[in-house]
Amino acid sequence: MSDLPQILSVLGDGLPDTILATLGGIVLTVVLAFGAGLLLLSPRTWVRGITRVYVEGFRGTSEVVQLFWIYFVLPVIVGYQLVPLVAGIAVLGLNHGAYGAEIVRGAIRSVPRAQYEGAVALNLSPAQRMRRVILPQALVEILPPLNNLFIQLLKSTAVLALITVPEVTRQAREVLIPNFGDDTFLIFGVVFVIYLVLAAAITLVMRLLERWAAGRLGRRPVKADPLEAV
Amino acid sequence: MPLWDWDYAFSILPDLLLALVTTIEITVLGSVVALLLGLVFAVIRRARIPVLDQILWAFIEIVRSTPLLVQVFFLFFALPRLGITLSAFVIGVVGLGVHYATYTSEVYRAGIDAVPKGQWEAAAALSLPRSRVWTGVVLPQAIPRVLPALGNYVISMFKEVPLLLAIGVVEVVNAGREIGSATFRYVEPYTIAGVLFLLLSYPASLLVRRLERRSVRT
Repeated sequence: MSDLPQILSVLGDGLPDTILATLGGIVLTVVLAFGAGLLLLSPRTWVRGITRVYVEGFRGTSEVVQLFWIYFVLPVIVGYQLVPLVAGIAVLGLNHGAYGAEIVRGAIRSVPRAQYEGAVALNLSPAQRMRRVILPQALVEILPPLNNLFIQLLKSTAVLALITVPEVTRQAREVLIPNFGDDTFLIFGVVFVIYLVLAAAITLVMRLLERWAAGRLGRRPVKADPLEAV
Repeated sequence: MPLWDWDYAFSILPDLLLALVTTIEITVLGSVVALLLGLVFAVIRRARIPVLDQILWAFIEIVRSTPLLVQVFFLFFALPRLGITLSAFVIGVVGLGVHYATYTSEVYRAGIDAVPKGQWEAAAALSLPRSRVWTGVVLPQAIPRVLPALGNYVISMFKEVPLLLAIGVVEVVNAGREIGSATFRYVEPYTIAGVLFLLLSYPASLLVRRLERRSVRT
């Protein structure tokens, strides 16, 4: 127990990278999820085809493989080495963005057809239709599974330890375990608490967003479907 | 030197395929743990036994919300302190299995909740013993409905096996790393590793999707 202050300080040093990776990954995930999600609904076959390749490619391979590929293989091909944290954020975003794209696509498709027809009848342009009618309704369906996806992403940041990003898990594994072997349980206890708190923070923010999105439509928030595998 | 050397790629393929077998072994064994333990969790939680229910809830929440890699490290470094020494392979199976059991327990729970109340009442009216209510009435209706979701988790597990390279399990990616560090060529091993994952998990996910569509129809 006497080592607790040092343990906290070493893990605290890893916290910024864990948080940065999570936030960066979330931003990239949201951009890719909505971008690819909309492209998956494009009327053009080749646009859908290319987007499918991205989505299935990242959903079909292991995150560790993607990480190692971007970090070790890509530099050989393009001759430019990414900073570990940046490579990590790229993989987190690309990977979870592919899963998010399916969520967005499904939610948009689940908006009742009459809503499209109504928007057409009101002479809204396709962009207006999407932005003002379809997306606000889809968003209510998107947010709960997105919460799960973001927690999944937070947990995935631990993988960045494998490419030397000094985030919480690597700090525990490389600095604490070799030096404070007697405190193994304490170290992991603190690490578990850190991730639990971060996960709770994500859920809290998402709940607020869900309430806001549902309130905008004059509805109550919907519950996440437990059968929805991430 | 060319970017991609076919001769080299073919020469390392056997080693990578061998490591793929290890990956599949861990996936299958881990799935057995996850599918059985998840069911046990779901059935126990359904009984709502005081204290045990809260403990199980807390356990599931902690495991679900923290990284698998951290849990694997925990098993790897903490178990020996309790005098339990397991091989990295077994730790991988247990870590993966328990982590995913917390997911499958939620899936089973949803499936069990979807069984109409009348089925429970009818089973009670027939005064079936508790075990027969589960094995003869509830689970045969609950499980087919959730098979696609369970299948998705098995595929996810397969893709998470490479994490175990962190504790020295020689699965596909680790085999690629060992080959790469000996030859200083990483392009082929890691690319082949990626292709192998895609070749197995994409058809598997198509299969699950078909199962999904069929279960929606019935």
